[in-house]
Amino acid sequence: MAKNDLQGTLELLILKTLAQNTSLHGYGIVLHIERVSGELLRVEEGSLYPALHRMEQNQWVRSQWALTETNRRAKFYSLTAVGRKQLAITERAWEQTVKGVQAVLHFA
Amino acid sequence: MNLPRRIAALFRRSSVDREIADELQAHLAMRTEDNIAAGMPPDAAARDARLRFGNPTATRERVEHVDIATGLDSFWRDIRYAIRGYCNAPLFAIVAIITLALGIGANTAIFQLLNEVRLRSLPIQHPEELVDIRIIGGNQGIGVSNSYYSSLTKPVWQEIERSHEPLAGVFAWSAEFQNMQTGANVNDVRAVRSINVSSQFFSTLGLEPIAGRLLDPEDMAAACAGSSAVVSYTWWQSQMGGRAISGAESVVLDRISYRIVGVTPPRFFGLAVGENFDFITPLCIPQNVGREYFDVGVMGRLAPGWNIDRATHWFTAASKGIFEAALPQGYNATVTEQFRNFKLGAYLANSGVSLLRRNYDSSLWILLGITGLVLLIACANLANLMLARASARQREIALRMALGATRTRLLRQLLLESGLLALFGAFLGIALAQVFSRLLIRVLASTDENLALNVHTDWRVLLFTSGIAVLTCTVFGTLPAFRAAKADPIHALKTGDAHAAGHRERYSMQRLMVVLQVAVSMVLLVTALLFVRSFRNLMTVDPGMRENGITVGGFLYPTSTITPEHFEEFKHQLVDEVRSVPGVSNAAIVTMAPLSGGSWGHLINIGSREGNSHFTWVSPTYFATMGIPIVSGRGFNDNDTANSPRVAIVNRAFVDRYFPGENPLGKTIRTQAEPRYPATLFEIVGVIPNTLYSDIHEKRSETMAFVPARQFPSEADGRGTQLVIASSLPSAIISEEIKRNIRAKHPEVRMYFFDVHERVLKSLLKERLLAILSGFFGALAAILVMVGLYGVVSYLVTRRRNELGIRIALGSTRSRIVSLVMGEAGRMLLVGTLIGTAISLAVTRSAGSLLFGLKTWDPATIAFAITALAAVAFSASFLPAFRAARLDPVDALRRD
Repeated sequence: MAKNDLQGTLELLILKTLAQNTSLHGYGIVLHIERVSGELLRVEEGSLYPALHRMEQNQWVRSQWALTETNRRAKFYSLTAVGRKQLAITERAWEQTVKGVQAVLHFA
Repeated sequence: MNLPRRIAALFRRSSVDREIADELQAHLAMRTEDNIAAGMPPDAAARDARLRFGNPTATRERVEHVDIATGLDSFWRDIRYAIRGYCNAPLFAIVAIITLALGIGANTAIFQLLNEVRLRSLPIQHPEELVDIRIIGGNQGIGVSNSYYSSLTKPVWQEIERSHEPLAGVFAWSAEFQNMQTGANVNDVRAVRSINVSSQFFSTLGLEPIAGRLLDPEDMAAACAGSSAVVSYTWWQSQMGGRAISGAESVVLDRISYRIVGVTPPRFFGLAVGENFDFITPLCIPQNVGREYFDVGVMGRLAPGWNIDRATHWFTAASKGIFEAALPQGYNATVTEQFRNFKLGAYLANSGVSLLRRNYDSSLWILLGITGLVLLIACANLANLMLARASARQREIALRMALGATRTRLLRQLLLESGLLALFGAFLGIALAQVFSRLLIRVLASTDENLALNVHTDWRVLLFTSGIAVLTCTVFGTLPAFRAAKADPIHALKTGDAHAAGHRERYSMQRLMVVLQVAVSMVLLVTALLFVRSFRNLMTVDPGMRENGITVGGFLYPTSTITPEHFEEFKHQLVDEVRSVPGVSNAAIVTMAPLSGGSWGHLINIGSREGNSHFTWVSPTYFATMGIPIVSGRGFNDNDTANSPRVAIVNRAFVDRYFPGENPLGKTIRTQAEPRYPATLFEIVGVIPNTLYSDIHEKRSETMAFVPARQFPSEADGRGTQLVIASSLPSAIISEEIKRNIRAKHPEVRMYFFDVHERVLKSLLKERLLAILSGFFGALAAILVMVGLYGVVSYLVTRRRNELGIRIALGSTRSRIVSLVMGEAGRMLLVGTLIGTAISLAVTRSAGSLLFGLKTWDPATIAFAITALAAVAFSASFLPAFRAARLDPVDALRRD
C-alpha cells in the first residue's frame, strides 16, 4: 500500500516542477504549478517554504541565491540526483494512490 | 520592545534566520509586482499578496522550525544558548573551566612526559624494525661495566658483526662523556657528549646528513688515530652558528683530533631517550682490546622475514660460538664457564633505550594515577555544582518541556552545556600542560645535567587529552543531565518548587559524590604520606660515615712522564699536597668513592667457602677523613706497602657473613683471579662498623673490604687517582682552591670535583619529586573535598530548614541541631574513609618498590590520613551546622 498524504502531494508537485525547469524560486514554483494545472491547483503558499526547506534538508533539492529577470534577489531551487530518485518513487506512489482511489470510486 | 533593542535583536539573529526572512520577503514582493503589473493599485496588490501568502510570521516560524529540528543550525543555537547561560552565571563557568583546565592540564603534562620517555618511537625510518642485542639476564657482574647502555664487550661485537643472519644492518655504539680541549692547559676542557659508532650506524638507522656528509669507511678505518666527527644539529646551531661545513674545522676530544664533516638531522637525539649528544665519532677497537670490558651496545635492523622471536632464537643458538671466541683471559674456571654460557637475545628497540625511562617510568605512572584521581574529585565537585545549577533551572526546563521540547532535545542541550565546559577546559588544559611539563623537566634537569628532553604534543597526547575531556564530561555532566531531563514538568510548574525532580534521589546522589570524594582523597592522602615519609626516611638515613663536607676529587695525568713504578709515590705526594691546601682538614686516596653510584667487587674464598665482597683501595687517612672508627684491630699505616704482607680491613657485615661469632682478626681471605687483578691472600687486621656503600637507598649492609692503596695491583694501575677530601668550606670553594694549588705544581694534572652530599641529594631527586607532587595533590584533594562537603552540607541544611525550624520550635537544643547536621557529614566521612582505606591498601601495594623504610601497610599513615580527613570534614560542616543551630524557627517556618 503506497503511503501518501497531502504533504506528499505537494512534494511531488515541487519535485516534478523542478524536474521540468532547471532552477526556480519559490514564487516561480507556485506560478508554474498554477499555470500548468490550468489554475486547477492552487499551492498553499504558507506550506510551500517549510516543504522546500525540508526537502533541502533531505538533500532532494539544493538552493542558491541569484537574481530574477526583474533584478530581484531570490533563492533558486534545483533538483539533486537524490531528488530525481525521490521523484521517481513519489510518482510511482502517486500512481498507486490514484489507482486505488479510482478503484474505490468505481466500485459497483 | 524599544527600538534600540529591536535593532540589536536583528543583528543577533543568525544569518539563517535572516535568509529565511529574505526569501519570504522576496516571494511577497514578486507577487505584489505581478499584481501591479496585472493592473491592481499598489495597496490592493500588497494586500492580495499577503492574503495568498497567509501569516508571514507563522510561516517563517514553520520554516525556521524545519531548519532547526533537523539542521546543524540547531546545534549552533544550543551552543549559543549554553554560552548565554554561562555568561549569566560567569562565576560558575569560570570555576568549572579553571578546575577542569588544571585537572586536565596536570594529567596531560604527566602524560606528555610519559609519552616522551616511554611511548614515542625514535625519529628514524621504520623504528619498529630496530632491535637491541643483549645478554639474556645481563652479564651477572662479570667484568667491568661502564654504562647502563653498554651490555656487550667489543670482541663479542666483532663476532656479531662477522655473522648476523637475522639482521639486515648491525652496529655497535657507546655513549660517553669526553673532554673537549678548549685551551692549551690540560684543565682547559669542557665535557661533551659523544657517541662512538661502528661503520653501519648511519645506514642501519637510515640517517641522512642535513649538512656535509656522514662518516664513511675511510673514517672508520682510522678510528683510533683520529679521523672525522659528525656533530648534532643542536651543536651545529648553538656552537658553530649553523655555518657551512667546510671540513676544515676540527675538534680535540680526549686528545684525539677529529675533523667535523657533517651534521645529523635536527630530530635525531641519539639512541638514549632523555640524553642528547654533541659528537658522533668512529668507534675505536684497539689491537689489545680489553676483553672483560662491557662497553658497547649493539643494535640492528631486522632483515625482511625475521621477527623478534626468530632472531632471539638464532642468536641464542649462535651464542656458544660467539662467547667462546670472545673469552676474556685471566678468570678462573667458574667465571670463564659462566661467560661461555651467556645467551644473546634480541629485544625491541623501537623507542630506543633510556636510563631515564628505567628511573622514572613507574613514578610517572603513579603520578598519572594521582593526577587522574584529583581530576576525578574535581569532577565530583563539578557534578555537584551542575546538580545545584540544574535544580535552579528546574522551572526553565519544566517550561521548555511544557512547550513541547522532547526529553532527548533537553538532554542534548544539557550534555552540550557540560561538553562545552569540558572543551574549554581541555583547550586551556593543553596550554597549561605545556607549561607544567616544561616546569617538571626543568626541575629534573636542574639536578641532572645529562637530561635533555623535549616534549611534543603529538597525536597520542591529543588523543589522551580528548579522551579524559570526554571522560570528565561524562562523569560530571551525564548524571545531572539525565536527572534534570527526567523532571516532571507539571509538578515542577504547579508547586513552584525548585527541587521537584525527585529531590530525595538527587540528594542521595550528592551524598554519593561526597563519599566518593572522601574515598578517593583518602587514597591520595595515604599515597602522599607514604611518599613524604619515605623521602624523610631517606633524608635522615645515617650512612655511618661523614657525608657532609666531603668532596671527591679526580686527578688524571695521562700525559705525565711518571713511570709506572712511581705511580703510588706520586699519588701519595698528591694526597700530601692536597692535605696541605688551607681549608682542607683531611684527604685520602679511594678507588671507589662512597655514595657515588659506582661499585667494585671480587669473588673471594675464605678457606673452602666461596663468596664475594666489595673491595676498595684506600690510603691510611681514609677512615679518619670519612669519620669511620676502627672498632677492633688497627687501621692502615705507611708501613703497609707493596712489599709488606697484604692486609685488609673489613666491615661488620663482612664479619657477620663470613666469620659469624669468631674473631676475624688474623683470618685470611683470598680473592679469585681476574684480568689484571691476580689472586691475592689478605690478612684481616681491622674491623669497621657498617656503612653505606654506593647508594643511599641500600636497604641492607653490603660486605666490604678495604685494602691499602699502596698494595693496589700494579697491572691495573694507571695515570690517575681519586681522593676524598674533607673540608669545612663549601665544596665549590675548596675545589677551586685545590685546583689552583695543584695546577701550579703539576700543570699536566687534570682535575674534576664533586660533592658527595650533592650527589646523594641528586640520587634522591625521584623521591623528592614524588613527595612534593603527591603531597601537593594530596593537599589539593583535601581542599576539594572540603569545598564539596561544605556545599552538600549547606544544601542539606537549606533543604531541611523547615524540619529544623520545627525541631527548634519544639525545644530541640542548639547543640543537638549541630550534632544532627554534623552527624550527617560524619556518616559520609565514615563510609568514605572505609572505602578509601580498602582502596589504599590495594593501590599502594604497587608502590612498594618506591618506598624506603616503610611497609605499604602502615597503620600510622592510614590513621593520620583519617585524622586529616576528619579535620577537613569537621571544618567543612561546622559552619553550616552552626548556621542551622542559629536558625530562627519563626522565620524558617514562615518561609516555606
